[in-house]
Amino acid sequence: MGAAIETEGLTKKFGGLTAVRELTLRVEEGEVFGFLGPNGAGKTTTIRMLSCLVSKTDGYASICGHRIDNKEEQLSIRRAVGILPENVGLYEDLTAYANLDFYGKMYDCPERQRRDGIERLLKALEMWERRDQLVGTFSKGMKQKIAIARALLHDPEVTFLDEPTASLDPESAKTTREFILQLKKEKRTVFLNTHNLDEAQRICDRIGIMKTSLVAVGSPEELRASLWGHKTVIHVVRVSDALIGALKSLGFEKIETVGDDKLVIDVGDPDADNPAIVGAVVRAGGEVRFVTELRPTLEDIYLRLVKQGSGSG
Amino acid sequence: MRLRKSWTLTMKEFAVFRRKKYIIYSLVALPLVLSLMLPLSIFFSGAFSEVSDSVLGTLFKGEFTIFIILAALLPAVIGSYSIIGEKVEKSLEPLLATPSTDGELLLGKSLAAFVPSIGATYAGAGLFIAVVDGLTYSKLGYLLFPDWSSAVILLLTAPLACVFSVEFNVIVSSRVNDIRAAQQLGSLVVLPLVGIYVLGQTGTLTIDAYHLLVVSGILLAADVALSFVSRRTFQREEILTKWK
Repeated sequence: MGAAIETEGLTKKFGGLTAVRELTLRVEEGEVFGFLGPNGAGKTTTIRMLSCLVSKTDGYASICGHRIDNKEEQLSIRRAVGILPENVGLYEDLTAYANLDFYGKMYDCPERQRRDGIERLLKALEMWERRDQLVGTFSKGMKQKIAIARALLHDPEVTFLDEPTASLDPESAKTTREFILQLKKEKRTVFLNTHNLDEAQRICDRIGIMKTSLVAVGSPEELRASLWGHKTVIHVVRVSDALIGALKSLGFEKIETVGDDKLVIDVGDPDADNPAIVGAVVRAGGEVRFVTELRPTLEDIYLRLVKQGSGSG
Repeated sequence: MRLRKSWTLTMKEFAVFRRKKYIIYSLVALPLVLSLMLPLSIFFSGAFSEVSDSVLGTLFKGEFTIFIILAALLPAVIGSYSIIGEKVEKSLEPLLATPSTDGELLLGKSLAAFVPSIGATYAGAGLFIAVVDGLTYSKLGYLLFPDWSSAVILLLTAPLACVFSVEFNVIVSSRVNDIRAAQQLGSLVVLPLVGIYVLGQTGTLTIDAYHLLVVSGILLAADVALSFVSRRTFQREEILTKWK
């Protein structure tokens, strides 16, 4: 599989303000890539640059092999890209069907593809029965579904979703998430801007954390491993100096005592290290109740990275 | 430039306009009132029976220049909605993301303001001509309209004034966030044209085909100049980052 999105040193400045600094990224075909970051981190500007809505200041980027700075290729990029902007931007005085039909025409979809596509997407999003109602009468969640259908109607190679579940009620957010998971099953390339860490963790193959520049990138597991490491928690009846000494003699330097019945130990390879830890504790007279792994949430990782980013400027 | 794409946008605009009552009222009421009120005001005044045939003809021909003003006024109502409305509803970004050029989008938006405006102007002018000819034929013994000057107005001056207004409104829309403010500013475009109407009515300017061709030439030059400005204004990045 090739790269659906590729950037190198991509930079955008608005006057003296740098919105995106030297973004280097590769998103593979069929990948769901989550883009996390606080407000003003440059996520929306990145999407706008990649969909040729705003120009780059510096660096390189391509979508499905088309360079974003090549005027001749920009129409091909727009055709290859489906976009759900932060504001759905539907025509409130048109019906759901008329909205989608208009965009189908603007994306050069033949009539049959438009008709079939609208029916398939509206049925999948449980909006088919409302196709002839004015969008202005819809709830926020319904409008979001129509906007998602609009983004996918021309069968894009890359779909950019900017905060697709933001400010939706839980039920609409769930339907939207399930729909994105369906896109993932269909091996579509999705670039998902989100604040919702749980959503990113559940949906995305890989995650990039952005704060003007890319702070970290990887799968949730890779981010945990590289930024947090592995921590084993051993619950004993009572922590003693003998137990700590036994563990240190095995070479574990980072040992944290929590209360008087819990030890948190930084380990390199849990599969290899945990049996040795349990054995050493038992030999030192400790009574093991149970052993667990301390797994940081994506939120823990995100907050650590964003704070580090703030600290460094 | 693919005209089909621009026309798709224009047709979408028409579908939206059909649900905007104030646009429909403006398109119907203004031409209707002007077409009936102006000839009837002369007919029911003493002037109709008192003045000579040639003065009567001059009066009605002078009034016909109102359709140049109308052609410039109506795009202020439609054009301001067409662009500011999208801005307010935040529907410009998905539209700008479609595989269409800036020129195609600008043309689509401009046609959406131009076609109904010039159509309503022609309908109003047609009604005016019918009313005036109906009122004057028995007195004059010939049809006052159409004549060369009305032909120049309808085929040249009014469309050029309409284009001028559409372009002016695109520029105004880039700087204003409120539909009413855009309409008010956009309406300022008629001021120089009102000047022509007043000069004609006071007899300072003879409203004949020659003078109308001169006015049309000036409008054409202004249209060409404004088209460069409006094209520079209507660019994706400009719209997304500066149209606040």
